[in-house]
Amino acid sequence: MSNRAVLTGRHFMMGNFACAEGALAAGCRFCAGYPITPATEVAERLAERLPAVGGTFLQMEDEIASIAAVIGASWGGKKSMTATSGPGISLMLENIGFGIGTETPCVIVNVMRGGPTTGIPSVELQGDVIQPRRGSHGDYQTIALVPSSVQECFDYTVEAFNLSERFRTPVFVLSDAFLGHMREELIVPEPDAISVVDRKTFPPGVDVESLPGFLDEDVAPMPVFGEGHKAHVTSSCHDAYGRRNVIDASALHFFIKKLNDKIEKHRDEIVKVETDADGADIVLVAYGSVFRCAQAAVEAGRAEGLRLGWLKLGTIWPFADKEIAALAERVKHFLVLENNLGQIVPYVQAAAAGKATVRFLPPRVLGELHEIEDVLKAVREVRV
Amino acid sequence: MSMVVYDHPLAKYIRPSAKSTANCPGCGNGILAQAILQAIDELGLSMDDFVFVSGIGCSAWIPSPSFFADVLHTTHGRPIAFATGIKAAMPEKHVMVVSGDGDLTAIGGNHLIHAARRNIAMSVFCVNNGIYGMTGGQVAPTTPLGLNTVTTPFGNAENPFDICKLVEGAGASFVARWTTYHPRQIVKTAKKAIQKKGFAFVEVISQCPVEFGRKTGMGNSVQMMEHYKQNAVSLAKAKTMDPEALTGKIVVGEFVDITKPELIETMAAVRTRAMAAAGRK
Repeated sequence: MSNRAVLTGRHFMMGNFACAEGALAAGCRFCAGYPITPATEVAERLAERLPAVGGTFLQMEDEIASIAAVIGASWGGKKSMTATSGPGISLMLENIGFGIGTETPCVIVNVMRGGPTTGIPSVELQGDVIQPRRGSHGDYQTIALVPSSVQECFDYTVEAFNLSERFRTPVFVLSDAFLGHMREELIVPEPDAISVVDRKTFPPGVDVESLPGFLDEDVAPMPVFGEGHKAHVTSSCHDAYGRRNVIDASALHFFIKKLNDKIEKHRDEIVKVETDADGADIVLVAYGSVFRCAQAAVEAGRAEGLRLGWLKLGTIWPFADKEIAALAERVKHFLVLENNLGQIVPYVQAAAAGKATVRFLPPRVLGELHEIEDVLKAVREVRV
Repeated sequence: MSMVVYDHPLAKYIRPSAKSTANCPGCGNGILAQAILQAIDELGLSMDDFVFVSGIGCSAWIPSPSFFADVLHTTHGRPIAFATGIKAAMPEKHVMVVSGDGDLTAIGGNHLIHAARRNIAMSVFCVNNGIYGMTGGQVAPTTPLGLNTVTTPFGNAENPFDICKLVEGAGASFVARWTTYHPRQIVKTAKKAIQKKGFAFVEVISQCPVEFGRKTGMGNSVQMMEHYKQNAVSLAKAKTMDPEALTGKIVVGEFVDITKPELIETMAAVRTRAMAAAGRK
């Protein structure tokens, strides 16, 4: 294995390895994790690669400890991440909320598998797409990216680190068992061609009580540990200086609103939507591995004269409501393809607001990908 | 005649905005807080040499927010796991965890034994008051058998942990126990724990007059400390006593002080091997 952090060149690689390589290219130097199918290869790759580039991989006693160590390392100044699957995320959720509340940059890769509960570890399902948004208790905003190819496993992991550093918040990469274990072409650019964002930090030696280090909707500089900032970091309700206040509802209001507004105000910088819908009446909305089915169905449908288009969600959160609302003005129907029981459909319906109809299409068997013929059949039914 | 105001000699270590304590009158936490700061002072270390980590519970309030240093106040039971990431990211800092028996041995028990097994260099101070104080006096894994608490109204049916034996068995390289009746001994031990190259665990048996003393009939702060004075037995003396005579006694002293492979150093060796392996290809 190489001691170069960026493996510039053309590779034939599985999605889980591509996530690990994206992390390294983005500057990740700490990973803590716990074995779980189908995510384990992310940890295996980083266990081999991180020490050779001066980083650290720790296999912890469980997923709770993994995300805790990741947040600790981030306060210690390292770009850090963990990778797991649904059951692991369920265990991590309390501390993910801690990461949001303390404004800690880090990346969480969820290689989604068949749930609920222990489900089927090796079958993909898009079952965890609401979880990043609502899984931890309380009210908050979050960022979640959804790759649909091995190349995007790399690119979106780089971007996840950049967004986490830019907005000082945990960022999810929602991969899945299909992508994680699939091998495809991956092009890794030259290091100079990869845009890498680093967190803004406090001026050295300035203590946190003389400059706000928290709760700025334009993102406060981070008073990272070890620089003499004497930072008091608590996930309990606090003010802009990190001072705990668990007495006033008005302090809680400020705490919740600022964390929320930090993401909401900058949603245009974050939301990733791609469309190919010129002249379309019907638009297939999809994300992740299912997007590949949608794209193939659109090509097949167009060949037989159907006025079809697609909209790909590169981010699930913040939700692309504005973009869908704009498209609803000029198309007639949305057909939402998901490999689940319809988790994103209500959000598409709300965004379309009656201006275009919205229908949902799961695969014939949950855990399998959509058959193109099934998609085209559903398209023809919409037209009727 | 003007009044002369003297600052407490350790006041310089207290965060200026921390004007009050969350702890009840008579709580033992102040004794440990002072002992830790005294040890840091006597070692000639700066607060900037430290990162303090605490969990949830009364004793988590010892470093947070009072200590004028980098402090991470974490979720319940997890401070050692957070501290593991901090230490890995900044090996040059002293990482100290201060938390309670419920936080460290019940909800956080897994992290405690695994950090001891890894022998990662950090000091962990566990205030053992034998009860959940902050939530109002519920039974803990350290509550003596038979004791009445608000969740064991007919007597505790469970055996308590011997935390020091647990941590020793898990592989820590430094393990000690004192009570709040032994502040000078805590300072001496804390100095060793801070400097230890390995996992250093210090249990401090401490009085909770409000939730333990009042509800279990152990009495007020003075009576509880009197009990520690009467029942504390030094390790050397305990070795000469038969087990029956030790029933109800508190064995105090430094139980373990050994040298063994430490995680930050063994991880550095891993890095060297990985770089050499990468260089060969």
